[in-house]
Amino acid sequence: MATRGFTGRRSTGDETGRVPPGQHLVEDFPVLSAGPTPRVKLDDWSFTLKTGPRPVKSWSWAEFNALPITKMTRDIHCVTTWSKLNTPWEGVLVDDILADAGIAAPTGFALAHSYDGYSTNVPTADLIVGKAMVALRYEGAALTPDHGGPARLLVPHLYFWKSAKWLHGLQFTERDEAGFWELRGYHMYGDPWREQRYTND
Amino acid sequence: MTDAGAAALPRRWQSAKIVRIVQRTARIKSYFFDLPEPFAYQAGQHVDVRLTAPDGYRAMRSYSIASGLGGAGPLELAIERLDDGEVSPFFHDVAEVGDEIELRGPLGGHFVWSPADGGPLLLIGGGSGVVPLMSMLRELHSSGAPVPAALLLSARTWDEALFRDELIALERELGSFALAFALTREPPRRPEDYGRRADMAMVSEVMARLPALPRHVFVCGSNAFVGTAADGVVAAGVPATSVRTERYGA
Repeated sequence: MATRGFTGRRSTGDETGRVPPGQHLVEDFPVLSAGPTPRVKLDDWSFTLKTGPRPVKSWSWAEFNALPITKMTRDIHCVTTWSKLNTPWEGVLVDDILADAGIAAPTGFALAHSYDGYSTNVPTADLIVGKAMVALRYEGAALTPDHGGPARLLVPHLYFWKSAKWLHGLQFTERDEAGFWELRGYHMYGDPWREQRYTND
Repeated sequence: MTDAGAAALPRRWQSAKIVRIVQRTARIKSYFFDLPEPFAYQAGQHVDVRLTAPDGYRAMRSYSIASGLGGAGPLELAIERLDDGEVSPFFHDVAEVGDEIELRGPLGGHFVWSPADGGPLLLIGGGSGVVPLMSMLRELHSSGAPVPAALLLSARTWDEALFRDELIALERELGSFALAFALTREPPRRPEDYGRRADMAMVSEVMARLPALPRHVFVCGSNAFVGTAADGVVAAGVPATSVRTERYGA
């Protein structure tokens, strides 16, 4: 059904084919979060890899920054309908974290845990083979607390709430366990190209 | 708490008719919709609205629900005109009573409050960020629940304070509701108001008008505003887990 009198603004040129349905491009970088912004000191920061309840390995900030650093420039898509093209990140691929821990991905699913107590679930297949990283820098500078610093997950091909801010650890789970937003009406997988915004979309 | 499991069913798009348009401020109008399939909602939830061009191109945006009767009566959305926007100029310049607009909801299961959740309740809104907070206050008012509440509303001017007169009336009617306007471009009009941007000291003063530390805090507005206000609430001793935020745009 066409809306009377609506013509709209379409993306053009290079952007064609890069903006998923229902999304629009922004130049700035909107910030979204469920609560106050946690401020984690680098001295206190750690990242822990777990399988179920069992810790596999933890890294301090210095140890984590000594892992191989990869650059990744991607388009990102927020469920609140903004998309931003060519966002440049640097961080540690989940593949390199697993390699440093000396394990292969042990289960089919994972939960990302954040310093503010929030979590989000992502299938393991969407984290490995170069698809996702723990980002430490954006546009060449350290991540600000607003944007999830010191470190955030980056899973750019899924809606951006899956790219958990203020990342504290990654936990592999046997089942696909719903995270914070997924328990509050958001989709379990969150593919922007299939508009998987809300539960059962 | 009614936080989890709010939306187990897919929300279907429906074609809602605009039955009334009210100019609220120079830049904000309220649009009242009749829904063919009415739904119950919680204060703080939003709907997605989508507009379709003749060639099938679609634009979609989320708007917080302003009405607060949990589903009875028309659904109110208060939409601010963003001059460089795509959807809000359509509403302000084109949409008329009788037009049908596709929307779906209710959506969002985190930034929500029900009278059963109790209080004290601290609400902090910047500009049109007061919309979901207005829904909570209307819900509180119609429920008659004895929940102490306070609202700090930041606006550029007295005339740009959205829902100003209704809020002042609510302050008179509700026994335990403290209201403070923070005007950023004008001097304050009432002794309990402020003539400056919201800051930590202001947040702490408004919080002190509640009989006890707030159990639920909701902050909504621009990113910078929400950052300042939420940090102020936490600095004043409220656990971060009691503070829910919603940020509009950048």
